[in-house]
Amino acid sequence: MNEHLKADRNAVAVTPRKSPRWLPAIWVILPLAVLAAAIWWLIATNPLARFDNGAPPVESLTVERTILDHNGLRLLVRAGGSEPMTIAQVQVDAAYWEFVQEPSGPIARGETAWVSLPFPWVSGEAHLVTFVTNTGATFEHPIPVAVATPSVTSGNLISQAILGAFVGILPVAVGLMFYPALRGAGPATMDFLLAMTVGLLGFLIVDTLEDSLEFASQAAAIFQGQAMVVLAAAASFLILMAVSRRQGSPTGLALATYIALGIGLHNLGEGLAIGAAFAAGAAGLGAFLVIGFTIHNITEGIGIAAPILKVRLPLWTFAALALLAGGPAVVGIWLGSLAYAPQWSALALAIGAGAILQVIFEVGALLVRSRGGANAAISSPPVLAGLAVGVGFMYLTAMLVKI
Amino acid sequence: MRSWLPFDLRRRGFLGAGLIAAGGAALSARAALGQASHPTGHGGGATSATTEPLVPAHRVAHGAMITVGDVDDARNGFDPTAMLTDWYIGEISTLPDGRRLRTFEVFVEDKEIEIAPGVMFPAWTYNGRVPGPALRAVEGERLRIVFRNYGSHPHTMHFHGIHSARMDGVPGAGQINPGEEFVYEFDAKPFGCHLYHCHAFPLARHIHKGMYGLFIIDPDPELHPDMADVASSRLIGSAENVRWQEMAMVMNAFDTTFDGENEFYAVNTVAHCFAKKPIRVERHRPVRIYLANVTEFDPINSFHLHANFFDYYNQGTTLTPTLKTVDLITQCQAERGILEFTFADHEPGLYMFHAHQSEFAELGWMGMFDVVEAVS
Repeated sequence: MNEHLKADRNAVAVTPRKSPRWLPAIWVILPLAVLAAAIWWLIATNPLARFDNGAPPVESLTVERTILDHNGLRLLVRAGGSEPMTIAQVQVDAAYWEFVQEPSGPIARGETAWVSLPFPWVSGEAHLVTFVTNTGATFEHPIPVAVATPSVTSGNLISQAILGAFVGILPVAVGLMFYPALRGAGPATMDFLLAMTVGLLGFLIVDTLEDSLEFASQAAAIFQGQAMVVLAAAASFLILMAVSRRQGSPTGLALATYIALGIGLHNLGEGLAIGAAFAAGAAGLGAFLVIGFTIHNITEGIGIAAPILKVRLPLWTFAALALLAGGPAVVGIWLGSLAYAPQWSALALAIGAGAILQVIFEVGALLVRSRGGANAAISSPPVLAGLAVGVGFMYLTAMLVKI
Repeated sequence: MRSWLPFDLRRRGFLGAGLIAAGGAALSARAALGQASHPTGHGGGATSATTEPLVPAHRVAHGAMITVGDVDDARNGFDPTAMLTDWYIGEISTLPDGRRLRTFEVFVEDKEIEIAPGVMFPAWTYNGRVPGPALRAVEGERLRIVFRNYGSHPHTMHFHGIHSARMDGVPGAGQINPGEEFVYEFDAKPFGCHLYHCHAFPLARHIHKGMYGLFIIDPDPELHPDMADVASSRLIGSAENVRWQEMAMVMNAFDTTFDGENEFYAVNTVAHCFAKKPIRVERHRPVRIYLANVTEFDPINSFHLHANFFDYYNQGTTLTPTLKTVDLITQCQAERGILEFTFADHEPGLYMFHAHQSEFAELGWMGMFDVVEAVS
């Protein structure tokens, strides 16, 4: 070996490199080959036949979208059975109705189909759709309050945008308008404002996760809603941390932008919830409720202003921040009112939760730095007061909008 | 505000079909009415431009509120329309004492049946059909029912009639295990419209799974000399009986989810079968329906005839009606009776009959008589 090594250095240098080069490939191919062989054996010899006790296949059907219009009902269903599922008949309010399924035939696991019925639904009343499969299993889908699903018309989009502006953009702008008044704030006031921001973000993250998990629970089992929410939130937190920390801890305008982004994603969720409530007919959104949302969200503007009080900025940055934080409410209402599948709402809210966690982390870090340590920060009266005011204000004003 | 076209009574059938056509046009060409695997002869025509009449008869009457598709009668091995007139009269022989002996053979079979288009139900059957065969005998005969159990559970045949305790068809008296045989023997009495069903426990499950059938004893005219002509008209095969259009109808229902509530209601098992294939009735010949209710889980069922009235013989044990000139009767579970009516004074056309519990009607217990001048 040694001789050979001395005799031809080049050849030796190549040989040890060459064999590991394709050897690892074997260790990739071999386990896959074992897996393929096992699957082939399972299918070819059916050793599990013993477990076939004649029980019918497990079936699962989730309705993801419900559209009510002048043609009747249209429902987007997703199958989640152990085998492809066949919808044999459809009842509405305990009566069989002709239906059209598209695409027709059995619905494979994880696949969707549209089911349309010429059912004359009654505005403002409840209906119950029952799907009967070929095995006789039934899946019920209640329509608690039947109202026409908002359609995409310019009139609808504009009125929804106005509502979104009231709920999202106006309060953030009002909050930002405190900026001149707060500019002269001393260190204690600064700490109070930053701590208040952390408090309100703390409320928002709980609120967002709650909504996210609620949407997730309505999604088809195949999406594993809860795991998806947690993983999406963690991923969004880590990605935003990685991006924001490329040039050290964000401060000033950068920090304000991240806060606006987190709040914006939360407002997207709030918009989705309002839009979904419209689509489901669950909410007659009164002026009282809209004003409630507006007051509820005013502190968000103050929170965004807090990190930039000591920075000189052109006016357009304030407009941009207000749009970033409030604009998503408009988009949320648009999307939510079209009754999109719950897993997409859950995903959007989970990303929002991660973004809020990131700004809590960053604002907290800023507080700790300015106080010269975590212990000093947490025991300082302005910080404690700020946290309490932030959470308390959000909690109390939320009473205006929770029904 | 919003106009719900299918409910405009004057034009609802036509517009209902138009609505479907519009819906069909809005969807892609791949869309089929319900499942592609179902024959869609009764409504599919409305979705495409064909030379067929735009609106099938039942659509005029029911609009879009009906099950989608048709049941495969051949796979089931029984046809609800054929069952209307499929009387099982057994084998006739003479006993040493000169009496007439009538022998029936009935077996039990577990069978997956299609109870509504595309919906399968794991039934327990008598002779492979639900309802079981409509046994028909004559008052005073000796009856022998050879009963064999090819099913997976113990079963019986419990006859509503007059017989000894040994022949009652309950656990301990005529209940047999899978693979066993038992012979029920008793006299055919009293005459009337009766039924039989499995009386093994749990009772509700055994009945609901499909173990029931009509048991009809025709009156012997010689035993009723003062009303011999009436009795003769009920005696199958007699000259007076031939002009009658007799039908066997069993009101039943199926709980496909086994939660104690029925998903499908019907007469003779298949939901909406007589709405999609109306029963042809000759206008000038009287109609007699042997009707029984075996619906499980709901306390009563009912029969309502449109545009006409009928005489009713509760349990059929009398030769004079127990109710005269009614258009609705109710029956408790296992209650039964005979309906007699005629369309002689009516113009030809479609006449509905259905349970007058709207829920039952809308879940499948809905049918029509197609009254014609003569059945070709």
